[in-house]
Amino acid sequence: MTPEQIRTVILDILSRIAPDEDLSDLDDTVPFREQMELDSMDFLDIVMELRKRYRVQIPEEEYQQLVTMQSTVEYLEPRLKDAESPA
Amino acid sequence: MTYDTIVIGAGLSGLAAGIRLAYFEKSVCVLERHTTIGGLNSFYRLRDRNYDVGLHAMTNFAIPGTKRGPLSKLLRQLRLRWDDFDLSPQNGSTIAFPGVTLQFTNDFAVLESEIARAFPSQIDGFRRFTAHLLAFDELALEQPELSARSILAEYITEPILIEMLLCPLMFYGSARPMDMDFGQFVIMFKSIFMEGFGRPHAGVRLILKKLVRQFKLLGGELRLRAGVREIVLDGGRAVGVILDDGTELAAHNILSSAGSAETMRMLPQSDAPQTSIEPGDISFMETISILDREPAELGNDRTIIFYNDSPDFRYERPSEPIDVRSGIICCPNNFQYDKPLEDSSVRITALADPHYWFDLSEEEYPARKESWRQKIIESALRFCPDFRSHVVDADTFSPRTIKRYTGHLNGCVYGAPRKILDGTTSVDKLFLCGTDQGFLGIVGSMLSGISMANLHLLKPDSEVATS
Ligand SMILES: Cc1cc2nc3c(=O)[nH]c(=O)nc-3n(C[C@H](O)[C@H](O)[C@H](O)COP(=O)(O)OP(=O)(O)OC[C@H]3O[C@@H](n4cnc5c(N)ncnc54)[C@H](O)[C@@H]3O)c2cc1C
Repeated sequence: MTPEQIRTVILDILSRIAPDEDLSDLDDTVPFREQMELDSMDFLDIVMELRKRYRVQIPEEEYQQLVTMQSTVEYLEPRLKDAESPA
Repeated sequence: MTYDTIVIGAGLSGLAAGIRLAYFEKSVCVLERHTTIGGLNSFYRLRDRNYDVGLHAMTNFAIPGTKRGPLSKLLRQLRLRWDDFDLSPQNGSTIAFPGVTLQFTNDFAVLESEIARAFPSQIDGFRRFTAHLLAFDELALEQPELSARSILAEYITEPILIEMLLCPLMFYGSARPMDMDFGQFVIMFKSIFMEGFGRPHAGVRLILKKLVRQFKLLGGELRLRAGVREIVLDGGRAVGVILDDGTELAAHNILSSAGSAETMRMLPQSDAPQTSIEPGDISFMETISILDREPAELGNDRTIIFYNDSPDFRYERPSEPIDVRSGIICCPNNFQYDKPLEDSSVRITALADPHYWFDLSEEEYPARKESWRQKIIESALRFCPDFRSHVVDADTFSPRTIKRYTGHLNGCVYGAPRKILDGTTSVDKLFLCGTDQGFLGIVGSMLSGISMANLHLLKPDSEVATS
């Protein structure tokens, strides 16, 4: 997947976890937590959704890589480069 | 096959845990002894009418779209929508003690102004108490046991006000007699006084049906009439269960919502744990009167009335079969629905002595139930308008009924006084959720199932060991 496709996937995951958030003007450089209500349970869900969809294992010590949209996409890019983008 | 997880009990906590596990593609089977789902909060049909077992009101009300709070967390975690629960807010509720009443609604400011009106000398203390409570982390899974009564007494000097604040919170969620654990008090205070009450138009069946549908859509397996007789151990580790009919099922993990003492009794005798776990003994009788018109037409528009006829409130196993001095009057019609309910009813609940009700013979039981039903209603009529000439049907259940249908020892509604907040047991791979983990009530039990599934069965790290 391209970075842009990965971004779309993350947006989709966020909208499932937090259906009442408006994600249209999400700032990619600002931490998710400063822009939306996400607690540690929700955070765990992002990790688990990624594992469920793409079988990527993210060790706990690397969770902090998922702090902003930008860092998340950068972190996932090498790990998802061979993954198929959803239609 | 070997399941990833077997969940014991298809009550609210077991079903919520099941959804989490199935969503993340764990093979999960929920086993329920009864012929239907719901446990302590189930539903049934009697003489062509729908009845709910437990539902008075759902706590933790929030308007659709709210981003914070337990209800929003619950919906997110279960991937359900606000519409799925279809909650309408309460009209307003009352705490009635001798010579003084307090009203509250889903707006906390109403309770504050009521306290300022009825107890002008106490309002500052109450506000400071509220600030203290808001700073407390009630959800920490490790907590010292603190007495809510003694903390309240540091801020409030009018004893009757302390009793009035405790009364609804104990009735709706204390496993401990006469006092509450402070952490539990904070949970209940927020969920009842700050967030408030709501109810789905169709009652608890709506919620249960949504849960089951979600669970099955995600590939979960639900078996009814499948009671667990024994938990099978291998070298101190839970590896499966034996059902009442002798069927054996294997699993990597077992999550039980049956209660802590109840679950320990499923272990093979020789492996029974050294430390005995005491079941609780707080139980209730509830009588449901179906009326020929809405309670509001008879002058009662309150959603819930918590009453107590003496200055102190005795929340404990009564020495009489029923303690008629205090109780709860609930009118399911008195929520702000878009359209009226099909049936009109009043539910009245009072503390009951489980042992008295268990010891009666089958012959004695119906007559005693009927005579105490009338005493409960007579007592409650001191706090609400008389509805007796409008009753067209009635049903009453006792601790005996609760035990028969849910297996909870002593017909206990809120479980053992000692909670096991982290859900672990003396047996490896055997975990607890629901009542005895410690989050109580409808919303609480679902959150309990979710948190225990997350903590023990879904954390990426916990999985490596089992797969
Ligand atoms: C009269 C009454 C009124 C209530 N009113 C309210 C209210 O208004 N608002 C509110 O929020 N809460 C209310 N509650 C409390 C609420 O119903 C409970 O807190 C909640 O339902 C507990 O859910 P649970 O999943 O923890 O336990 P349970 O519902 O007890 O689930 C446990 C399940 O396990 C099953 N089981 C037990 N042993 C076995 C076995 N060996 N094998 C297989 N299955 C087994 C049982 O049959 C049961 O279905 C009320 C309860 C009662 C009784």
